[in-house]
Amino acid sequence: MNTSPAISVRNLVKRFGTKTVVDHVSMDVATGEIVGFLGPNGSGKTTTIRIICGLLTPDEGEGSVLGHDLRTEALRIKREVGYMTQRFSFYEDLTIAENLEFVARLYRLKPVEEHVGRTLEELGLTSRRDQLAGTLSGGWKQRLALAACIMHKPKLLLLDEPTAGVDPKARREFWDEIHRLARDGLTVLVSTHYMDEAERCHRISYISYGRMLASGAVDEVVANAGLTTFVVEGEHLNEVAAELEGRPGVEQIAPFGATLHVVGSDAKLLKKSLADIARRDGVTVRPGETSLEDVFIQFMAGSKDNMQ
Amino acid sequence: MNAVFSFGRLGALLIKEFIQMRRDRITFAMMLGVPLVQLVLFGYAINNDPKALPAALVVTSQDQYTRAMVSALETTGYYRFVRVAASEAEAESLMARGEVSFVVTIPSDFRRRVDRGDNPRILIEADATDPSAAGNAIATLGTVASQALLREQGMEAVAAENAAGQLQVVVHRRYNPEGISQYNIVPGLLGVILQMTLVMMTSIALTRETERGTMENLLAMPASPTEIMLGKVLPYLVVGGVQVAVVLAAARLLFSVPFVGSLWLLVGAIFVFVMALVLLGYTISTVARTQMQALQLTFFFFLPSILLSGFMFPYRGMPGWAQALGEILPLTHFLRVTRAVMLKGADFAEIAAEIAALSVFAVVFAGLALMRFRRTLD
Repeated sequence: MNTSPAISVRNLVKRFGTKTVVDHVSMDVATGEIVGFLGPNGSGKTTTIRIICGLLTPDEGEGSVLGHDLRTEALRIKREVGYMTQRFSFYEDLTIAENLEFVARLYRLKPVEEHVGRTLEELGLTSRRDQLAGTLSGGWKQRLALAACIMHKPKLLLLDEPTAGVDPKARREFWDEIHRLARDGLTVLVSTHYMDEAERCHRISYISYGRMLASGAVDEVVANAGLTTFVVEGEHLNEVAAELEGRPGVEQIAPFGATLHVVGSDAKLLKKSLADIARRDGVTVRPGETSLEDVFIQFMAGSKDNMQ
Repeated sequence: MNAVFSFGRLGALLIKEFIQMRRDRITFAMMLGVPLVQLVLFGYAINNDPKALPAALVVTSQDQYTRAMVSALETTGYYRFVRVAASEAEAESLMARGEVSFVVTIPSDFRRRVDRGDNPRILIEADATDPSAAGNAIATLGTVASQALLREQGMEAVAAENAAGQLQVVVHRRYNPEGISQYNIVPGLLGVILQMTLVMMTSIALTRETERGTMENLLAMPASPTEIMLGKVLPYLVVGGVQVAVVLAAARLLFSVPFVGSLWLLVGAIFVFVMALVLLGYTISTVARTQMQALQLTFFFFLPSILLSGFMFPYRGMPGWAQALGEILPLTHFLRVTRAVMLKGADFAEIAAEIAALSVFAVVFAGLALMRFRRTLD
């Protein structure tokens, strides 16, 4: 397998007016990797993706995508990258087949009919080829968009929140498809809000307010966050939660079903704060596993909002 | 693989655009319906040759010659005598109030002069504030009147020819003695209709993609600015061609507009004009951020085009600065071409300067559009 990185960008900066939306972001994605791109709304995920696919020019920084220079070879990058936008951006007044034909012709795929026919078949949309794209449901629009993006066999797929508003079954199928594509050597950078999706990525990058805060495999990111989690079980957990609120070392209290997850970055302090609770009748405190979500909540609480 | 231009990619954009055009029934109907409706509406409403115009008669005697004259005038269809005025002053005030367009005065010595063969005269006063209203009515007057008179006198054909011209019809064009050349409206409408529909349609070409969110996708795919521009502009060139055919056919069938020049010369000039228009529209769409803005810009350009191009008001009647403004409007040059070719039978050499001006517009707009086109979302 090719070992040169599919994406290698350094210190990307993008400002809109006085707001710095992307603030010295660096990123490396190896060929064949599925990288999850996470971060709260407005954190600069979409802007970063647009810079990578040549839709925006960075104010600072440089890098290469698929070996092409980000600044000077945008057209070549466009030809080898598939970009699925956050909002459905195919023509709603064209039929499914017409949209695919349009894309096939733009990428000069020949013969057009063969490419379109095969794609329709793979999608299972052959019988609905003459339906207007605008009349499709969210899940089908997403499948159509993905099919249109990979029809020209790109080497890199950029997906911007591809599963927003899609039901769990369709999401599952979508991710199975992504993994199938990655096995064939396609590199994928996908932004998402869903933790379960992040956990299906080989690596994740967390961006907040334009800054890259963490990068690595899921367990690495969790481990590097340095958080300690205790699970509290028992009765009257509401009272326990209220009591714990504000104690030193207690940074997150989240009810999970019949249990309480208590998270903190200082293990000793947290243990001390929980000590008297643990001695109570009917309440047990045991060490728990820190989840990716805990880590992200911690990140979000810790990073300053520069969007306001 | 050519990065800048490929017919394959242009083909993709063209096919897509035509399909969208076909799906958007209302817009499509508008593109074909508007020219026809406008032409019929304005073509008939703005009438160069109005008939049955109200007229007043001033007579002092009732003899057979006077009666013959009045009935001859009425049978031309132009005059409809609504009043018999007792005095010159009364007729004068009727015209001033706009109740009549003509005052026909047959003097009291008319009969005596006819009998003596002593150059009989009648006076026609026409309200020429709107010269088009009076033009044809006056033009028919001389022959009609003298023929009526000769018939009444029972002269032989030969003698009638000798006597013809003896009758003097004195015409006073009131309020606007010069009069302005006519036949302007329908050839002018061709330009106005093309300008309105084509600039409007193409001005929303890119903003529509932006507003529907499809622009992001289009830019992410490998289409060059030239391809995108031609992909947007060429379909409307075809639409313009259809409009031209409709308007020219209607001009001929409905309005019998004289067409003395070369049809192919006119078609060539129209092609350049339409090209300039769709490129102007496209340029607007690279500037405007929303469809609303695009339409506003279109109208911002449309109004001076109508007022300063010579379509509505005579170009030569405008002050110098307004004429200069008119020069930078494509419609001004196009109007000169259509009027020259359709009405005067001008050849290429006579309109070459105007066609050159139109070509410059097309090239400048294309250059501006390509410069303005944002290849990225910045």
